[in-house]
Amino acid sequence: MRNWYKSGEPWVWTTAGAVALSLIMVYAVVWMTAARGLTHFWPKPVAEVTYQERDGSASRLIGEIREREEVSLVRLREQGYTIDSKNLFADRYLIKLGNKDLTGVDFKWFPAPMLGEFTYPKDLLAIERREWGNFYGHLKAVKEAGVVVAEGPAAWEEAQKRLERSNVLFREALRIEKSDIGKINYALEKVRLRERGLEIDNTLTEAAKAELAREREAGEAKYLALQQKMDQIRVDIERDSVTVETNDGQLVDIPLAKVADMYMPNAMSVWQKIGFYVHKFYEFVSDDPREANTEGGIFPAIFGTVMMVLLMSVMVTPLGIMAAIYMREYAKPGPVIRAIRISVNNLAGVPSIVYGVFGLGFFVYVLGGSIDELFFAAALPAPTFGSPGILWASLTLAILTLPVVIVATEEGLSRVPRTIREGSLALGATKAETLWRTVLPIASPAMMTGLILAIARAAGEVAPLMLVGVVKLAPSLPLDGNFPFLHLERKFMHLGFHIYDVGFQSPNVEAARALVYATSLLLVIIIVVLNLFAIRLRNRLREKMRGLEGV
Amino acid sequence: MSEASPKTHAIKLADLGRTQAEETDEVAIRVENLDLYYGDAQALKNVSMNLPKNRVTAFIGPSGCGKSTLLRCFNRMNDLVEICRVDGKILMEGKNIYDRDVNVALLRRRVGMVFQKPNPFPKSIYENVAYGLRIMGVNNKSTLDEAVEKALRGAALWNEVKDRLDENGLSLSGGQQQRLVIARAIALEPDVLLLDEPASALDPISTAKIEELVNEMKDQYTIIIVTHNMQQAARVSDYTAFMYMGELIEIGRTNDVFLTPTVKQTEDYITGRFG
Repeated sequence: MRNWYKSGEPWVWTTAGAVALSLIMVYAVVWMTAARGLTHFWPKPVAEVTYQERDGSASRLIGEIREREEVSLVRLREQGYTIDSKNLFADRYLIKLGNKDLTGVDFKWFPAPMLGEFTYPKDLLAIERREWGNFYGHLKAVKEAGVVVAEGPAAWEEAQKRLERSNVLFREALRIEKSDIGKINYALEKVRLRERGLEIDNTLTEAAKAELAREREAGEAKYLALQQKMDQIRVDIERDSVTVETNDGQLVDIPLAKVADMYMPNAMSVWQKIGFYVHKFYEFVSDDPREANTEGGIFPAIFGTVMMVLLMSVMVTPLGIMAAIYMREYAKPGPVIRAIRISVNNLAGVPSIVYGVFGLGFFVYVLGGSIDELFFAAALPAPTFGSPGILWASLTLAILTLPVVIVATEEGLSRVPRTIREGSLALGATKAETLWRTVLPIASPAMMTGLILAIARAAGEVAPLMLVGVVKLAPSLPLDGNFPFLHLERKFMHLGFHIYDVGFQSPNVEAARALVYATSLLLVIIIVVLNLFAIRLRNRLREKMRGLEGV
Repeated sequence: MSEASPKTHAIKLADLGRTQAEETDEVAIRVENLDLYYGDAQALKNVSMNLPKNRVTAFIGPSGCGKSTLLRCFNRMNDLVEICRVDGKILMEGKNIYDRDVNVALLRRRVGMVFQKPNPFPKSIYENVAYGLRIMGVNNKSTLDEAVEKALRGAALWNEVKDRLDENGLSLSGGQQQRLVIARAIALEPDVLLLDEPASALDPISTAKIEELVNEMKDQYTIIIVTHNMQQAARVSDYTAFMYMGELIEIGRTNDVFLTPTVKQTEDYITGRFG
């Protein structure tokens, strides 16, 4: 035993165990988010079942079975169910009933003993609506302007055809609204600001007034034309509707204008389901969110996250590298530099929310406020840069990650062999030339390491962002087709905040749960992709340094 | 080697009677009363010597005797050491290189240096050799091509690397790296080459190549070589200076210093009684 201990074997096992444990945890995180998030997009069968109410009356339920768990019968009896069984436990099912506008509940638990047998009729229709969530029922008829055009088995094909038409119209309307009308609004706002600016400068002459009025009229005329087009589309899109029989036999007309998607999950083949899955996943990553973020996609959040990280990198890298160069290469080593280094290291340990508070207090109010006064006086009292936005969020994260970049760069600079520096100096290079041509290229992999760490930290940060620019729903992306294209003052959406919002602030928690996992998975994927990109870059740089000692 | 240089302004080695008599080579570097301090510690004590042009001079002596320190005075590498202070003169072509108006970068272009361990830059072989020229602002492709080839030929490396000039300098063997570093130095066509134990990190075959190279180069450059290896000093050098505890003990023709040293300490060191 003693010998075994002396051989170092236990130590090997302990250390290997630590590695194994870390690996298991990493896999568990990824596996769980992937398993729970990715299954969300798979079309679930819609079940039909009879249900005996507490008062003994029977009814019919239609919905997706989401979960099953065991509960004690005592508890069920306390809740008023009369269950005749000797068992102590019974199953209960969580069923997504949909039809929220009719019944008021989306999800509900039902004890198994009160339910009949589940059946899966092929003609059960699931409708994804733009409002009020899903709708389940049997498709009965398709109507055009209130007149039935197809009934029975022929209705499904007709409905699909007409849904396609209404979706085309819907996308057209959305495009006009977002892009064309957005552009006119933007231009009109510019005109207003110009007028206000001239007013402030006291140079609003009659000629200028007339010019501005002319521009405004032109914009408004364009707007009216578009408005007419929109009205036409609105009339067109309202034409068709489907009639659906709900679980309790009610016939409901649903205008296709309100339908985002509809499908008959029980009738789908595996291939159709795969196609549906891919389609839904694509929608998830490319669409705007709907219904308080619990439905639809998360594209603006992905875009905001990536853009903020990129902006942050652009700001933190030069600043951190320059600071590190000064401290390592130029400053005279001594107590001052030591103190600075200690402060920088400790800065890395400051809780991120503190940076958020600082960002809000200094960047947004002081800096942004001053910028507004100096350059955007026309827009006041509405703030331009004086309110949280992507610029301030990136800047806040840049100072949050600054210590990481400085420390890593300093480390890299200190590892550049002295012999290399001397070699360069001995060839008649000045200190600056040596730095540019030799030292910095050699230290570049270390700088990349700093950037990788900074990205990893920044992309996952949520707390400070809530104070300096992230919102639940941003009306427009920080990058669009209106000059000057990059709108740094705009608020943006962020995956991390989106997870928090959907998971904890959502009115429909059950519906949002899978989305939380899917969004988390996507956040992890994005961070990994950003990191892999940086790591690849670093490895390419390192390849050049191979053979150099100590790097 | 006994014929006098025709140049009238040349200083004769014989001018400095204490250490060298009857020598008639032209002087490249003249050291006058050089003192060097690291903080309070004196590393060189009143060193005076004349270094002959287009000859190989070897500095020998036990570790810590100041021979490398002296070598690093010739291109002012000691400037990099903050606590280092130099008194006295080092004259090259009559100009004290420690004068205030001397451009150190220009001086270092004229006085090339090769270090103990090969230190090629993590760049291509070509860029390594072109480094100094690029610093000087030479960016003309054909000029650089020509200079690189000439330097690599001069360092006896051309045939080995001419087909892979784009490869990383670090991919070469140790001996090749050291010759690459020599090529890098001679690409600037310096007057003086300082070699600081250039073969101490190399295997015997590479060492032999370096020594051979030193022999070939001495027609063009004034070479000063620091070495620990007595045989090496005897093999490659025309002159030998023996240093001990920061002082120059003896300098003279290598044959004379090795066979008939005038100072007891030199004899003791050469014969292996200490050091």
